[in-house]
Amino acid sequence: MTTTDVVTKEITFRVYRYKQGDASPHYDTFKVPCDEWTTVLVALQAIRRDNDPSLTLRHSCHHASCGTCAMIINGREELACVVTVLDLGTDVVTVEPLHNIPLISDLVVDMVPFYEVLNQADRPYVRRSEFMPEAKPPGGIDFYTRYENCIECGACVSACPIKGTSEEYYGPAALAAAWRVIEEPRGRDPKAALDWVDTPDGCWRCHVAYECTEACPSGVEPAEKIMALRRALTRQKLGRLFGRRD
Amino acid sequence: MADARLKSEVGERRPVDRNPIRAWFDVRRDRLGMWAFALNRLTGLGLTLYLFIHLGVLFLLSRGPEAWDNFLQLAKSPFYLLLDVVLIFGLLFHGLNGIRVGLVGMGVAVRNHRSLFWVLIGIGAVLFAVAVYLVFTI
Repeated sequence: MTTTDVVTKEITFRVYRYKQGDASPHYDTFKVPCDEWTTVLVALQAIRRDNDPSLTLRHSCHHASCGTCAMIINGREELACVVTVLDLGTDVVTVEPLHNIPLISDLVVDMVPFYEVLNQADRPYVRRSEFMPEAKPPGGIDFYTRYENCIECGACVSACPIKGTSEEYYGPAALAAAWRVIEEPRGRDPKAALDWVDTPDGCWRCHVAYECTEACPSGVEPAEKIMALRRALTRQKLGRLFGRRD
Repeated sequence: MADARLKSEVGERRPVDRNPIRAWFDVRRDRLGMWAFALNRLTGLGLTLYLFIHLGVLFLLSRGPEAWDNFLQLAKSPFYLLLDVVLIFGLLFHGLNGIRVGLVGMGVAVRNHRSLFWVLIGIGAVLFAVAVYLVFTI
């Protein structure tokens, strides 16, 4: 195929804008020529390069591994790096930051509260069998990335209708992480994880909308993990009721 | 150690909009689970409202037989019977979806929650049709 064969279509991007100090957010519109390969992330980078350098967005890997470019595209949580603009099938593409997470600027949310609760799940970073006793990595082993399906993008938290009204609710990502501790402890204490989720703001707060599972770009299935936590707790409580020891 | 890395100096954040209308009734994603959730909230709010109306109606009893008879006349009007139909829909949906939520929460049909929903809705549709027939014929 030569470059002349590439079909481009001008798409209008309606982009959520907010800067610290603004009274309220607004939307700016930009027209971007898109071909069949143009992803939403590439289009937003083009807007930043050609139209408005003040547009802030976050990205890294460009291949759905890092989770940093999660945002709401036409009303759905997506990773902007893997959503092809023309596949959306709309002439106007609306781009917004994730819901239920404090906003820093434009499309960039503050993931600190997300990580604060996620870390409480105490999910191990790497398997104990993978530790190399002779290795002394700078900053310790905890400095390094967790090897899990969850790419910590925040899409599940954004889609969750309960998280939308309750700051205290742990949220799907942290609860799914807690289930991983129970499923595969790797030296952690599964009972502590189960105790941690057994609160009104833990796994019992979920109201089974399954939006987290639908939104997850990485197949973590947080809703199913939350139900697994409930099942484990129900068995534990029934067992105690009939005199069984943990 | 990890917590120290989390501290960021990015100034003031825009707080999360915790508006229940947006959170509970945003069905733009058009997925069954969210529709079920939103309808569950709506019928739950409706049933709570009904409870207060019901208490108000019962209060009429304390105002003597005439007040009660007047209410019974109103209760037989087509508009009021239509409200009964709305109430029956709310009761059936909220109750049956509640069964789904309870079962899934206990680990039943976790991956088949959609099928469970449609089975229960099917049962609900039959009960609803019978109830509506009875409301307008008895």
